[in-house]
Amino acid sequence: MRFAKELALRNMKRKPMRTAALIILAAFLAFSVFAGTMIVMSLQRGLESYQTRLGADIVAVPFEARTKGSLDSILLQGIPGYFYMDSQYYEKIKNTSGVEVATPQFYLALASAGCCSIPVQIIGFEPETDFLIQPWISQSYSGTVGDGDVIVGSDISVPLNHQLRFYDTDCNVVAQLDRTGTGLDTAVYANMNTIKQMMKNAQALGFHNFDGINADKVVSSVMIKVAEGYTIENVANDINIHVRHIEATPAKSMISGIGEGLSNVSGIIGILTVMIWILAIVILMIAFVMIANERTKEFAVLRVVGASRKMLVRILRTESALISVIGAAIGAGAGCLMIFPFTGAMRTRLGLPYLLPPAGVIIGVLIGAIAISVFAGWMTSYISARKIAGNETGLILREDA
Amino acid sequence: MILKAEKITRQYIRQSRNKNVFMAVKETDFTLEGGQLVEITGRSGSGKSTFLNMLAGLLAPSSGHIFVDDTDIYAMEDKERSRFRNLNMGVIPQGQTGLQSLTVLENVLIPCKMYGDEGKEEYARKLLDYVGIGELKNAYPNELSGGELRRMSIARALIQSPKILFADEPTGDLDDENTRSVLRLLRKTADNGCAVLLVTHEREAAEYADKVYRMNDGVLTM
Repeated sequence: MRFAKELALRNMKRKPMRTAALIILAAFLAFSVFAGTMIVMSLQRGLESYQTRLGADIVAVPFEARTKGSLDSILLQGIPGYFYMDSQYYEKIKNTSGVEVATPQFYLALASAGCCSIPVQIIGFEPETDFLIQPWISQSYSGTVGDGDVIVGSDISVPLNHQLRFYDTDCNVVAQLDRTGTGLDTAVYANMNTIKQMMKNAQALGFHNFDGINADKVVSSVMIKVAEGYTIENVANDINIHVRHIEATPAKSMISGIGEGLSNVSGIIGILTVMIWILAIVILMIAFVMIANERTKEFAVLRVVGASRKMLVRILRTESALISVIGAAIGAGAGCLMIFPFTGAMRTRLGLPYLLPPAGVIIGVLIGAIAISVFAGWMTSYISARKIAGNETGLILREDA
Repeated sequence: MILKAEKITRQYIRQSRNKNVFMAVKETDFTLEGGQLVEITGRSGSGKSTFLNMLAGLLAPSSGHIFVDDTDIYAMEDKERSRFRNLNMGVIPQGQTGLQSLTVLENVLIPCKMYGDEGKEEYARKLLDYVGIGELKNAYPNELSGGELRRMSIARALIQSPKILFADEPTGDLDDENTRSVLRLLRKTADNGCAVLLVTHEREAAEYADKVYRMNDGVLTM
């Protein structure tokens, strides 16, 4: 084994260009498996997280939400947006038959908070009726969110004194939420009193975006839970018929759109991965067959001095295994470099919820990608190894004479 | 150690000539004993190398048996036969044979290192000096001339102090002086108890041989 390894290493060293080309091919295998799997898993996990966070059966927003920034872009991509409707619509929705609970949300967009390098979305909720944000917040914070208190998403950097200032409103950060992989990671949560005070302060500071809006009389969206015995679609239709100027959408259809996007992206990644694999494996196979042909005489010499057929196979397969291991490690490393630093960019580019799996799963995928690639690289030398093992040394020497 | 071939033949199928069967070596008996240098001569394509390769365990005969002492070498498993060859036989193949990724010294040491024997570096250096390429020990095969490569493969064949030495045209690329030097080396090897089979076109070789055979169209005659 030591001889096989030494000879393999010497062969690799003496032919650096050939070795580098083979290592790059092997690296492609590991890279495509690792990066592809991580992206698909992150998208799936992001979707699950989004489903959990959305939590409502129906989402009602004003028609103008379509033009001023949809709820999707706020929640998924973290693009700050705002839109408002008269709070009387909330009252009407609440009284629609089939609505078990309805809770309003209030959105305020902030281009720069002095606290963050990224735009911030502020989401206000009503503690008395909220059934979405508070259960989630309770995982990180057990107290109540009082006036002037805020809870921030995982991507918001919190100063040491836990104080943030939004539109001249001093806020105390009481908790930071776990990562969701959605736009909610760049959001700040406050109760209705706090967020409405922010809007009033913004108006006083001369921000014209909020001209003519009476903060006490508007809400941005209404999240609805449907009572038992009613279908979500029927209740949404009822709201759309009876409450004008708003649009009620079953949350499932919002999710299904994302699900379709996710399945499209996953499909493309799957096809690309398969194509890379087929191409790399075919090239590796051809390369190893060519190497075997080129070194037929060398292998005959090894037979002459006492190498068994099995030893020849071991020499060739050791070389392919070493190339595969080095290539797979490089490929997986490149995959890590692409996946981890650019998580935010991926989410923005794909426009889909994107949440990396836990560290244990990532390590598992990493080891799996390396193992599969090493195995594939090693297997590609099978044909050439068989060919070499089947050669009759005397005939090779005769042909060469 | 006695090498004995009993009624061995070797036939090839020529794919290019309507798959006709070509008898390279016709039924032959042959014996080679330790201390003997036996020369086989004959024109190209007469079957000399095929015969040598069969005796060296590198090409299975179509029929017949080859014994080393009482052991039928083709009855052994490949692994066992390979190790047997490594320990007991030295082969100088035709043509230029060297592993391109190893230095001259490392090439000579392959038969030892292959099975984990690490202690023969000094002996390898002596052999290289003896065949006249000691100063090239750290060179790579692609830096050597045809004659130098041939001398490297002679040193490699002798590194395990074989009991049987097969030399297929070992002086092919050598000048007169080096040819004589190699023939003297083969003679000395035989005198030390090794059985040496020399296949050559070299007329001068007969002076060093105990027996001279001629191979003609696959038929071996004295």
